[in-house]
Amino acid sequence: MKYPQSETNRFGWRPDARDRALIRATQDGLPLVPEPYAHLAATLEMTAEEVMARLRELLDRGAIRRIGIIPNHYALGYRFNGMSVWDVPDSEVDRLGAAVGALPFVSHCYRRPRHPPVWPYNLFAMVHGRRAEDVEAQVAQIRELLGDPVRQHRVLFSTRLLKKTGLKLATPPDSLRAGPGASATT
Amino acid sequence: MIDPLQKELLDRFQRGFPLSPCPFAVIAEEMGLTEDAVLAHYRELKRQGALSRIGAVVRPGRTGASTLAATAAEDDELARIAARISEFPGVNHNYEREDALNLWFVVHAASNDALEETLAQMERAIERPIFSFPMEKSYHLDTGFAL
Repeated sequence: MKYPQSETNRFGWRPDARDRALIRATQDGLPLVPEPYAHLAATLEMTAEEVMARLRELLDRGAIRRIGIIPNHYALGYRFNGMSVWDVPDSEVDRLGAAVGALPFVSHCYRRPRHPPVWPYNLFAMVHGRRAEDVEAQVAQIRELLGDPVRQHRVLFSTRLLKKTGLKLATPPDSLRAGPGASATT
Repeated sequence: MIDPLQKELLDRFQRGFPLSPCPFAVIAEEMGLTEDAVLAHYRELKRQGALSRIGAVVRPGRTGASTLAATAAEDDELARIAARISEFPGVNHNYEREDALNLWFVVHAASNDALEETLAQMERAIERPIFSFPMEKSYHLDTGFAL
C-alpha cells in the first residue's frame, strides 16, 4: 500500500530558522501578559513588530493554521469523541466528503481505504461532544445530509484514551518537517 | 465549570487572536471588558485547565508518511497490546474504540518504506494483523470546532 507523503508548500516556500524559532516559542503558548509579542520578541532577539509580521506571513503562507485559544476539550467536558465511518460510492465520496467537512461540528473529514470484507467504509468524520447523545445527534445530522448514497455506517466511540501526545514541532533543523506532532494529518 | 463569558473568551478567539501589540486590549474592546479583566479570566482558565494555551497551531509536517491503523485485541489483552504499540516511536494517538477493530492508533515515519517496516514490526510484536487506513484525501481539518 502507498501512503501519501505530506504535500509540499504550494509556494515552494520554507520558513527560515528565525521563523522556526518563533513557531516553537508560540507553540508553547503566548505569555498571559499585556504585551505578549514584545515578551516573545525579547527572548528571540527580535522586535515585537518583527514577531507580528512573521506570524502574519506564516499564517498567510499556511505554515501556521491559526493563532488563538487552544482549549482543553477534555477539561471542558468534551469526553466523547465519535469516529463516524460511512460506506458511500467512490464516485460520490468527494462531493459528500466536502459537504460533511463543512458541518461546524466535524473536526476531521477524510477519505480512507476500505478493507473488505472487514471494513467497507471509505469516509471518516470525527465528531465531539460532552455526552454520547450529543455525538449521536451529530451523527444523525450527517446521516441526513448524506442521504441515499449511504450504504452502511457506524460510529466508533472512544472508550479509553491510551496515549496522546500534543501537537508539537520537533527540534531544529527539521522542525517544520515530519515531527512527532503531525497527528492532525491522519 | 466555566461561565458563559469565559466560554465566549475561549470559543470566539480560537482563531484570529489579534496580531496587535496589546491583543488582550483588543479582545477587551470587542467584549466590552477591561484588559485586566480579560487577562485575569485567561489566567484563571489556564489555572483551571480549561485553557491549554494561547498559541499557534502548526501545519503538520511536510515530509514523512503517516497512517491511521487498527487492530483487534481481546479484552484481557488490550492493555498489553496497546502498551506494546505505544512503545514504538512515532505513535502519538492510541485509542480504544467500540468495534471488532478496537484499538486505533496513528503512526508516523520518515518515509513510506519506513512506515511499512514499522507496521510490519508491530504486527510481529503483537502477533496480530494490523489494518492501515492512510488518508487518501482531506475534506476538512480544524480542531478549533465551536464549543
